Amino acid sequence: MKAGFQRRRRRNLQIFRAIVLIAAGLYFLVPIGAMFEFSTRANDQVSRTLGAWKSIGTFPDLVTAITASIELAAITAVVMLVLLVPTMVWVRLKLPRLNRIVEFVCLLPLTIPAIVLVVGLYPMYLWMGTNLSDSILTLSFAYVVLVLPYSYRALDAGLSAIDVKTLSEAARSLGAGWLTVMTRVIAPNISNAILNACLLSVALVLGEYTIALNLFYNNLQVEIAQLGRTDAAVSIAVAVASLLFAFVLLTILSFVGRGRVVATGQTGK
Amino acid sequence: MSERRGVEVRLENLQRRYGTVTALDGLTLTLSPGELVALLGPSGCGKTTALRLLAGLEDADGGRVVIGGKDVTGLPANRRNVGMVFQAYSLFPHMVAWENVAFGLQMRKVGTAERKKRALETLELVGLGRFAERYASQLSGGQQQRVALARALAIKPQVLLLDEPLSALDAKVRSRLRDEIRRIQLEVGITTLFVTHDQEEALAIADRVGVMQSGHLEQLGPPTEIYSRPATPFVAEFVGLTNRMKGDVHGGTVDVRGTRIPLVDPDVEDGPATALVRPEAVTLASNGEMEDGPLVGTVIAIAFLGAMSRVTVDLGDTIVLAQMATSAASQTPAGTKVRLTLRPDPVLIQREQPATTAP
Repeated sequence: MKAGFQRRRRRNLQIFRAIVLIAAGLYFLVPIGAMFEFSTRANDQVSRTLGAWKSIGTFPDLVTAITASIELAAITAVVMLVLLVPTMVWVRLKLPRLNRIVEFVCLLPLTIPAIVLVVGLYPMYLWMGTNLSDSILTLSFAYVVLVLPYSYRALDAGLSAIDVKTLSEAARSLGAGWLTVMTRVIAPNISNAILNACLLSVALVLGEYTIALNLFYNNLQVEIAQLGRTDAAVSIAVAVASLLFAFVLLTILSFVGRGRVVATGQTGK
Repeated sequence: MSERRGVEVRLENLQRRYGTVTALDGLTLTLSPGELVALLGPSGCGKTTALRLLAGLEDADGGRVVIGGKDVTGLPANRRNVGMVFQAYSLFPHMVAWENVAFGLQMRKVGTAERKKRALETLELVGLGRFAERYASQLSGGQQQRVALARALAIKPQVLLLDEPLSALDAKVRSRLRDEIRRIQLEVGITTLFVTHDQEEALAIADRVGVMQSGHLEQLGPPTEIYSRPATPFVAEFVGLTNRMKGDVHGGTVDVRGTRIPLVDPDVEDGPATALVRPEAVTLASNGEMEDGPLVGTVIAIAFLGAMSRVTVDLGDTIVLAQMATSAASQTPAGTKVRLTLRPDPVLIQREQPATTAP
């Protein structure tokens, strides 16, 4: 009788899981499907064409924007890691009383709307554009600030899962300098957290619109919006493509992370 | 015992403060080459601080650290050639056992093949050769600490530092690994500083034991001396159990309930004092009729410790502990009236207000 109850309970749970999975899948896939449907609609509104998709490469501004956004995502992720990982490790090891302050500073951008950030950033970018460079890649400075809260949370979870102090002291006592401690001991043990932080940064940068538009830079989202006014089908095709790109990236990163966990036999660390 | 190859280590007048708290108050300690010294003391006495200053993991506010004749006070941890085993499990989780052991060798630019060879040899030394390919998560706590010991030894350090490496292990593993550490230390002949709050561990493993309190050494000596001839009341009470019994000092002896016991330090003023008497210096008898007397009391509890037992006797105005063979203790169950005898082993006295039995 008890076994029958357990079986029923398990079956109900499986049904519930399937319903949730299907609902979530529909929530994500229906809009993407609708966008894909729209982007493949021919002029007669009946037949199908991949014309919009094929013409993506024929818009030089769009290609430039895609390249710039990918470069921005990569630079932002790297700068964020170089800034945040050593800082967080150092605060944990040497200045634990500053932990709350660092956390507060890192989470602050979360409470400031992007448009307010732009107001503050504009004079700086004006000066940078005149005196240093007006390259779109300078947007990465603003984006590093923008991704701080999400990256901080991801890295904090990773660092909390390991004994940073003991591991670094063990490495130091074995002759490792601080750079080696960071790159050979700490980083490999928070690789999942680093991947997650990178993923969040990349996703955020690829989808960023407000700051780029108001600082007069054409990144992917700005270009899609502009293209939407002249050729809606191409604009939607690019939007779907960028969503798929993010999805593929997410899948690859999650598999890389899972591979590492299996390899080291770690659970929850 | 193999030939000792260690170096002399000197801590000279080491001082360390954390804000207003003084963790080390002029600690001076010399370890002879190949010697194993255990620093023993309660939490906060400064023993771990001393070890961390020796390792270079913290900076001293004053004093010097000299290893093998070289002043290393200003050197960072990674340039001191000191091997350390930590209290917490400290293996690098992303490396297998032999890679952990080889890490220090890699830092010393030892070639890959030689590195692996030496790592495997050191793992053999600690009896874990067949676990070389396992990650920390696939090893037990005792095995992890043995790999950590191998990792510390693989770099052929001048000094081995052990920071309560057994405290996270269960009693049986702890005892086995303790003996293992001593065996390896003697085999390698390395100068070793072992920090622990476990007196049994310190007394069992060390050539000399240093008992610390409030940032300074109370006494440093061989385990037998620390136990049998404690230099201060703190040492007497911290190492082993001690009965505090009222007495009268007169002419270098103390009269405790009609028994004259010689003093460790006979040059003290006459007058009332508290004698610190070890439980094993107390024997008891329960032979039939027993008149009342200053050392007659009733057994109120017996604690079985294996081969030995500890008997608690109520003398009316104080409680006394006696330690004896279990076979003898079993003759006097709780409620039995017994007569105590105090063996005239030299004791320390305290002039403070006497109290009851102290653990």
